[in-house]
Amino acid sequence: MTVSQTSLGSHEPVLEIKDLTVKYRGDTRSTTAVDRVSFSIGAGEIFGLAGESGCGKSTIANAVMRLLRDPAEISGGSIRFGGRDVLALDKEELRRFRWQDVAMVFQSAMNSLNPVMTIGDQIVDIFTTHAGYSRKESLRRAAELLELVRIDPARLKSYPHQLSGGMRQRAVIAMAVALKPSLLILDEPTTALDVVVQQEIMAQIKDLQHQLGFSVLFITHDMSLMVELSHRMAVMYGGRIVETAKSRDIHTAPRHPYTQALMGAFPPLTGPRVPLTGLADGVKFSNIADLREAAPGHFVAPVSQVQTAQNQPALEGARS
Amino acid sequence: MSKHSETPALGAPALEVRGLVKDFHSGGLFSRAAVRALGGVDLSIGRGEIVALVGESGSGKSTLARCIARLERPTAGQILLDGTDVLKRDRFQASRQYRAQVQMVFQDPFGSLNPVHRIEHFLTRSLTLHGKAGTPDQLRTRLDELMTTVGLTPDMLNSYPHELSGGQRQRVAIARALAVEPEVILADEPTSMLDVSVRIGILNLLRGLRDDKGISMLYITHDLASARYLADRIAVMFAGELVEEGESLELLANPAHPYTRLLVSAVPDPARTGSYDPAERAELRAAVMEPTSCAYDGDPQQRCSSAEPVRHQVGDPAHRHWVRCHLYRPPAAASSHALATDPLEEVVSA
Repeated sequence: MTVSQTSLGSHEPVLEIKDLTVKYRGDTRSTTAVDRVSFSIGAGEIFGLAGESGCGKSTIANAVMRLLRDPAEISGGSIRFGGRDVLALDKEELRRFRWQDVAMVFQSAMNSLNPVMTIGDQIVDIFTTHAGYSRKESLRRAAELLELVRIDPARLKSYPHQLSGGMRQRAVIAMAVALKPSLLILDEPTTALDVVVQQEIMAQIKDLQHQLGFSVLFITHDMSLMVELSHRMAVMYGGRIVETAKSRDIHTAPRHPYTQALMGAFPPLTGPRVPLTGLADGVKFSNIADLREAAPGHFVAPVSQVQTAQNQPALEGARS
Repeated sequence: MSKHSETPALGAPALEVRGLVKDFHSGGLFSRAAVRALGGVDLSIGRGEIVALVGESGSGKSTLARCIARLERPTAGQILLDGTDVLKRDRFQASRQYRAQVQMVFQDPFGSLNPVHRIEHFLTRSLTLHGKAGTPDQLRTRLDELMTTVGLTPDMLNSYPHELSGGQRQRVAIARALAVEPEVILADEPTSMLDVSVRIGILNLLRGLRDDKGISMLYITHDLASARYLADRIAVMFAGELVEEGESLELLANPAHPYTRLLVSAVPDPARTGSYDPAERAELRAAVMEPTSCAYDGDPQQRCSSAEPVRHQVGDPAHRHWVRCHLYRPPAAASSHALATDPLEEVVSA
C-alpha cells in the first residue's frame, strides 16, 4: 500500500469540525447523535471515520453537507470548509457548495441513479446545471469522466439497469468528482458489493485521489478496509470520538478498549489462528471523556468507566 | 482452537452431496431456457466438521444450501445423510425426520422471527413439533438450557424479538435450530447483517457447538477471513461449481485457482506484508472473467470450469487441498493428477 503521509496536518485544513453536536429532538426527550466531535481534514488527505451503526458517523457526513432535516438539529459547534462557515451558507451558496466544493457518495448510491435516464444524460445534467456548459461540451466531458473510472464511453447511452452494480457505483463516483470538488465524502461506498468489485472501486478512488488531489472523508465499519485506505482515522462510539491517530498506529496499537474490540472483530487472513473475543455482550462505555494525547498524534479518550450491564440490548444495535 | 488434529472425514461423512445440479427456468411461461445454478457439485461434511462454502453473490452457494435444506428441489444428483439418499426417500419435500437432522440458520435475524410472538414461542414450537417437549417441567428446563447454551439468559424467553439486538436475535435463531438436536447445521451468512463487534461472538458460539455437541456445519459466507477463522475446510464456489477445496489455513496460504487468488487478493488485510501487484491482479481477473483466454481450454466457447473436471492435488495430501483448473501446474513435476491419493500416505502424515 502506498500511503503517503506527507500531507498530514502541514496544510491549511480543508474541513474543520469543532465541537459539533447534533440532536434528534423527540416530543418528550431528545437523543444526542453526535456529541462534541472535533476533527479536521488536510488537503489531499484521506480521513476515515469508523464505528458501528448508530454511532453517529453518517450524521456527521449529513451535517457537513447540510442535509440534516427535522427532527435532527445541529445544536452546537462549527463546521468550516476552506475557512468558510458552512452552517451560515445561504440557499444559493449552499447549492454551489454541494457538488462543486463537497460531493458525497452514499451507501448503495448505485440505486440512486434515475432508472429512466441514460447514464450520459444524468452526467450531462450535472455539467449543464452546475457548470453551465453547452450540451455538446458536457457530453465530451461525460465521456472523459467515464474513461476516468474505466467505463467504456459507449456506456453513456446505457440505462442504469444495463450496468452491473460495480459499474453503476463507479459511474456514481465519476459523477461525484465531475466538478472537481475539493472534498469527497464516501459513506460506506462499497458495502453492497462483492469483495473483488470492492477492491477495484477502492483502488479506483485511490487513483482518482492521486490524479485530482481531493481530500476524502471515508466512512465505514470495515476496519481492515479503512486502515488500508486512509491516512488518519477516528473511531466513534455513541456519538463521541474515542480515538484518533494515523491509521497505521491505530492498527498496530489500538489504545481504547472499544477500538481494540473493533479491531478484534476482524480475523486476519494470515498468521496463526487465535481465538478472538470482539466486544462482549452488554459492555457499554458511558461518559466518554475528551481526547487526550497519548502519543504524538495519537489521541485517546481516557477510560473512566466501563459498565458491564447484562440485559442491555442497546449495544448491539440494529443492522448496518 | 481445539480439535484440529482430528480428521473427522476419515469415517463416513455426516452429509454428502454428489453431482448436485440445479437448473432454474428463465424466460416466459413456455420458454424452455434454463440457467444452470449448480453444475454438478460434490461436497462432503465430516462428523463434527465445519466446512465453509465461500464465493461471491451469484456463485450458487446459497442455492446449494437451499438444496441441502430441501427448500429447492435439485434437478439431479444425490444428497446423502448418514449414507441414505434423502432425495429418494422423500422426493418432494423434506420429511420431519430430515428436518430433525438438518437445520438452517438464516442471514436475517430480523426477518426470521415472527414479531408477534415471544421468544419462548419459537423454541417451544420447535421442541413440540419434534416431540422433545416432554412434561411442562421438562419443557421449562429444556428452554432454560437452550437459552444458556446460546449465551442468553432464561428471562429473555419473555421478550419479543424487537426487544433484542441483532446479535441476540441470531442467538435465538441458533437456539431454535438446536432445539431439535440436529446433526448438521447449515448457516447461511449468519453474521453478515450484524454489527461488526458482535460477529465474532456468533462465530465463537458456532464453534463451541461443534466442539461440545459435535454438530457438523456448513458455513456459507463471502467473507474469507471469517471462513478461515471458523472452518476446518474451505470450499470455493465459482459459477455454480466448486473450483478449489482444502484445509482453511493451507488453502488461504496457497490459493491455486485464479478465482481463489483473486478473492484472496481483494480482501483488505492491513497485516498483509506484500500487496498484490496490479498487473498480476489484472491477469487473474482476465483468467477468471474471460475463461476463453485459458490457454489449456480446447473449446473457446466453453468455460474452463465446465470442461471435464480435472482435480489436481496441491501440496501435501494431508491438507486435502485440490484445485480444479486446467491452468494449474504443480510446482514440482511430482504429483500432478494426484487425487487418487495413497491412503497409507494420508494416515502417516495425519
